[in-house]
Amino acid sequence: MANKTVLFNKHLESDAKMVDFHGWDMPLNYGSQIEEHHAVRQDAGMFDVSHMTVVDVTGTDACAFLRKLLANDVAKLKVPGKALYGGMLDHNAGVIDDLITYYLSDTHYRIVVNSATREKDLAWIAEQVNGFDVVITERPELAMIAVQGPNAKAKAATVFNAEQNAAVEGMKPFFGVQAGSLFIATTGYTGETGYEIIVPEDEAQALWQALLEAGVKPCGLGARDTLRLEAGMNLYGLDMDETVNPLAANMGWTIAWEPADRDFNGREALTAIKAAGTEKLVGLIMEAKGVIRPGMSVFFTDADGAEQQGTITSGTFSPTLGYSIAMARVPRSIGDTAEVEMRKKRVAVKVIAPSFVRNGKQAF
Amino acid sequence: MSNIPAELKYASSHEWIRKEEDGSYTVGISDHAQELLGDMVFVELPEVGDSISAGEDCAVAESVKAASDIYAPISGEVVAVNEALEDSPELVNGDAFGDGWFFRVMPTDLTEVDNLLDAEGYQSVIDEE
Repeated sequence: MANKTVLFNKHLESDAKMVDFHGWDMPLNYGSQIEEHHAVRQDAGMFDVSHMTVVDVTGTDACAFLRKLLANDVAKLKVPGKALYGGMLDHNAGVIDDLITYYLSDTHYRIVVNSATREKDLAWIAEQVNGFDVVITERPELAMIAVQGPNAKAKAATVFNAEQNAAVEGMKPFFGVQAGSLFIATTGYTGETGYEIIVPEDEAQALWQALLEAGVKPCGLGARDTLRLEAGMNLYGLDMDETVNPLAANMGWTIAWEPADRDFNGREALTAIKAAGTEKLVGLIMEAKGVIRPGMSVFFTDADGAEQQGTITSGTFSPTLGYSIAMARVPRSIGDTAEVEMRKKRVAVKVIAPSFVRNGKQAF
Repeated sequence: MSNIPAELKYASSHEWIRKEEDGSYTVGISDHAQELLGDMVFVELPEVGDSISAGEDCAVAESVKAASDIYAPISGEVVAVNEALEDSPELVNGDAFGDGWFFRVMPTDLTEVDNLLDAEGYQSVIDEE
């Protein structure tokens, strides 16, 4: 039996097409994923992300533990509520998961990890706590709704109470605040402004309904994928996994090398990988007809005239741009152009940094 | 759930045909097929004047989910294509049996028409999937 989020019946009420997503019955779309995509780019949409795993890390060693566990450095977080994105690496520097950490106090951090990786993440974390004075508490009683788009904040404001509106007033990107029963964060997975709201399960349906009545369009996993790819955000399991190091997954910016004496998991292996050189993750755009799909091969000729090959990790049709975009893992010698092997033919593509659309506009 | 008009004939690969007054047949994909594929993003059509043979892949419907070959349900010459799909592939999602048609073909072998499925036969193909 598939897991159902507390919002399952709300999805059915909105005529969702439900699919299995790593053991969860989740909405793929509510009719048209392209319309849902445009709603987020132009107005406001919402996603049920209650399947994601919220974990609280508490105790006197909470900071020291996370500085060991994560490749990014939570010691950078000095202001309560500030959030940090990064990878949890194994000892070979493979990416176990990517996650967001919120700093709530020196003895309380909150991490949000992927649902598909929940079991292995929790097992890994349980192994790593030895010797640290920390308590790891999963919070399955919390649901999560992401409200995203240029009008998302204004529409959410009509649903929040006065205390909640006061708490989010002027909040910068990548912060979270507990306001009444809601934990409201200025984070997201779409490249638009908005909130991710962690809400107690018994209030989640009412919040969803209130947002619906405020004109926020329900959006499914299909739109979530095209939005995140346009924003150049990685999807765990496609763009990286344990067999991929973060430098080969466009996550170099999330690795805190300083201070040099911080011994985070995977540091030694990653240092060797960095010295030896590794592949890179690039963005591709294809203005010809057709859609680049994961698993297709990419070819280019390097400066020495040798043919090199890489692989598409994510590919889709970009509703905002009107043509196909993709991410590809390729040798570092790639230039500005390449060819993707499509159905029966090779098609020319442009190579760019993997960021396609930000705040509704082309980003390259 | 899907709608299957009784007046059309169907291929088990989910194309439909409808007889026109001039003797040609309009070809499209079923409502069931468009629902499986999801939002259509590109449609590649044959050219007017092309000769196509029954069972031959002669068009491509590319959706957010996958690229799917469209097979000619009957043999003949392509006499028209739905140029509106170039800019509005979503017509296939919105009106698979009407404005979302793909092309028209003047048949060379009418027995092929008889060999296609009626609505009931096509329904059982869907039920077996």
